[in-house]
Amino acid sequence: MKEALLAEGVGKRFGAVNALQDITFAVGEGELFGIIGADGAGKTTLFRILTTLLLPDEGSAEVLGLDVERSWREIRRRIGYMPGRFSLYPDLSVEENLRFFATVFGTTVEKNYELIREIYSQLEPFKTRRAGKLSGGMKQKLALSCALVHRPALLFLDEPTTGVDAVSRSEFWQMLRRLKEQGITILVSTPYMDEAGLCDRIAFMQEGGVLAIDSPAGITALFGKQLFAIRHTQTWQLITALRSSPNASSVYAFGSAVHYTDKRSALRADELLADLQAKGFEGAEVRQIEPGIEDTFMALMEKRTEAAHE
Amino acid sequence: MSETVIHTEKLSKRFGDFVAVDALSFSVRGGEIFGFLGANGAGKTTAIRMLTGLLAPTSGSATVAGFDLYTSSEQIKRNIGYMSQRFSLYDDLTVRENIRFFAGIYGLSGKVIKEKTSSLLETLGLVEVADARLASLPLGWKQKLAFSVAILHEPKIVFLDEPTGGVDPVTRRRFWDMIYEASERGLTIFVTTHYMDEAEYCDRLCIMVNGRAAVLDTPEAMKRHYGAESMNEVFLHLARGKQAE
Amino acid sequence: MRSFRAFLLKEFYHIFRDRRTAAILFGMPLIQLLLFGFAIRNEIEEVKLGIYDQSHDVVTKEITDKLVSSGYFLVTQALHTQAEIERAFSVGTITEAIVFEPGFAARLQREGKADVQVITDGSNPNVSRIITGYTASVLREYRNDSAKMAAGGVVGVEAVPLMMFNPALKSVYLFVPGLMALILMLVSALMTSISITREKETGTMELLLVSSLRPVQIIVGKVVPYLLLSFVNVVTVVALASLVFGVPCRGSLLLLMLESLLFITTALSLGIFISSITSSQQVAMMISLAGLLLPTILLSGFIFPVASMPLPLRLISNLIPAKWYLIIVRGIMLKGTTFSYIWKESLILLMMTLTLIAASIKKFSVRLQ
Repeated sequence: MKEALLAEGVGKRFGAVNALQDITFAVGEGELFGIIGADGAGKTTLFRILTTLLLPDEGSAEVLGLDVERSWREIRRRIGYMPGRFSLYPDLSVEENLRFFATVFGTTVEKNYELIREIYSQLEPFKTRRAGKLSGGMKQKLALSCALVHRPALLFLDEPTTGVDAVSRSEFWQMLRRLKEQGITILVSTPYMDEAGLCDRIAFMQEGGVLAIDSPAGITALFGKQLFAIRHTQTWQLITALRSSPNASSVYAFGSAVHYTDKRSALRADELLADLQAKGFEGAEVRQIEPGIEDTFMALMEKRTEAAHE
Repeated sequence: MSETVIHTEKLSKRFGDFVAVDALSFSVRGGEIFGFLGANGAGKTTAIRMLTGLLAPTSGSATVAGFDLYTSSEQIKRNIGYMSQRFSLYDDLTVRENIRFFAGIYGLSGKVIKEKTSSLLETLGLVEVADARLASLPLGWKQKLAFSVAILHEPKIVFLDEPTGGVDPVTRRRFWDMIYEASERGLTIFVTTHYMDEAEYCDRLCIMVNGRAAVLDTPEAMKRHYGAESMNEVFLHLARGKQAE
Repeated sequence: MRSFRAFLLKEFYHIFRDRRTAAILFGMPLIQLLLFGFAIRNEIEEVKLGIYDQSHDVVTKEITDKLVSSGYFLVTQALHTQAEIERAFSVGTITEAIVFEPGFAARLQREGKADVQVITDGSNPNVSRIITGYTASVLREYRNDSAKMAAGGVVGVEAVPLMMFNPALKSVYLFVPGLMALILMLVSALMTSISITREKETGTMELLLVSSLRPVQIIVGKVVPYLLLSFVNVVTVVALASLVFGVPCRGSLLLLMLESLLFITTALSLGIFISSITSSQQVAMMISLAGLLLPTILLSGFIFPVASMPLPLRLISNLIPAKWYLIIVRGIMLKGTTFSYIWKESLILLMMTLTLIAASIKKFSVRLQ
């Protein structure tokens, strides 16, 4: 597979702050690649370097086979970019925004209408409305249409779903899957762990570094421990009791359950259940489960924090 | 059955022709963790602004912390705490200065402020960084501090408006630990979130769709009712169904 | 070219859709001109005059008549004691008092001179100075007339002041050129710097940079709309000044417009320079207001003459583009000066513009900081 993007040892500092350190990864052509991390992990800085808006202090990067430092002008013509904040003109109408960005990229809406039709058709009833008056989900669709209107080979989406409700988020990801089917390579960043599973491959970012890069399945394989989901009506009491146990390794609330790992290996669910019942948690329910992406991310984070403390 | 701390009766707010909140009726009991969910534009923010006394309702009635929304909004403000993701603390002040400032605006006396400051620094483990600018602290610490400051004046209810947006999963859970502990101590928590797993941590939930309360129940009961595995499914089902109408 | 046209169109949308800004842009020249023309003037009419005449003779009577007939003075009170003068000032019934010494005519006859005391309210020095000037000129006139008669045609040498180009000393003549400088500075520098930093703030600058628009296109696209707007404003101000206040344009109108275009360009390049060194609208506005507007009003010679400033301020005033523009406009409009007399000032403006543009291009980054 040919590479659409290649970063090697990319580093960036802002004064005393090390925003990025030694970022190395590659994205294949036609891939939907996710950068997962919380606010301040360095996602936006990385995107700005890859979109040639910032220069890296260390390392190098290639986008579509072009060097981000030398060939920035060429790269800019061929990529689409949706910055983290809503970055369209609120005082222009939906249609005016789209036409403006089409013309600025030297094309017309009509020429590439097929590509954006599915997304833009939902906005067409409101095309005379000012962009500033749209709802969060609609703004996001408009921004995506504007980033796509010149049919870029590579699409950079920086936290497109932050602050957007669950319904709009799931619609947005369906749109991304279909864009991918049309052969567009997509690099998307998000703080939401549940979106990671929808990517072909993901990179976990934390404090300016990459924790792991793999497919969602490959990532969860890194968990490497037994994971138990424990349920009881008194969730908080359950959490405190589990934490006070000397054998407990990690105890996290997880939806309606508590995800638990133990220091002992080859533990059976019924042993754990017996322990809990002895502590008075009648009616508790214990199941060994496959770790999810979020479980893995937390485990990797903890490992890194521990390593930093040693 | 503990006392009712928030009670609304057909609470509505119109902006011109637009009905932002439409006849909202619910009660929140003391010590409860009450989750308030909804898509963007469903009326969550408007409802919270009314309940915190920032916005006058168009019609309906409500009491918050035992005070009437129409006549006693000043008392309400004194008896609630508020924290949002966007605004919490001043980055250019030190930890100690932030605590002092927020204690000061709630009218605590100098002696009380001093005591509260040192005990808070102690419990949060921030003694060593008490005189560091807030900007230099990790997000997780800032959040803890913001929450503690919001309840420094010992309100009956604290409103948390998307307190965990953009935060890493570990920090997010540490924050919920604080919420649980506060709730155990009897504080009532009114929280909004975009994370559906967090919805499951609430005692009861109200899901807003188009300005109305579409459902109001415990997470368990909702999942049972819709035959759903997770709150995410419930939410998508509700919000989608209404959009199609 | 197509993308540049699209950019221009967008800029005009921004300007006309932001009604408040549009109102300020087009309303401001009108309101300011009317304000300066009607309300804020240096002429003073109907000075309330108190006369303490200790002589009551023909001469004092004649002088009083002369003052009243000049049209500037209104005798509101006859005063009879020194103490009364003070009281009248503090109550406010008079703004000037004239005291004739006892035996005025007799002394004038005998010694060829007599004393008139002119008392004004020093708490408002500007008014004081102006009405003292009026009084002195009336007295001087009286002396000349009587000297002529007495000497039977032998006239002593006497400086007769004549205000060239603005014989009536109308302040609106003075304000129109200053106002033009001010408006052009405001519209061009302030609005451009704000409009560029706004794009930085909202993040749209990121998108513009990533597009195939060249920096030159972005800058020129920001400049052209405001250049047009400013030019419309110049025409409005000149037309209004001539129609409403009768301010003439004695020199070439074409030269005036060309020089105005030059000054607009200077102001625009200042605006771009400001926006290239700031990243928020607030900072851009602060710099424009504190760094451009106030100096333009205070140091350009618009209100306070440059010649009467202390040396350090006089030196600083050389850096203010408006100072040079004022000299040019006053020259063309009021004196009918031709280009050969103002080429130096024009050259200074041109040099300033080139320096600013060079500095902006050096500062304008194709990347984010």
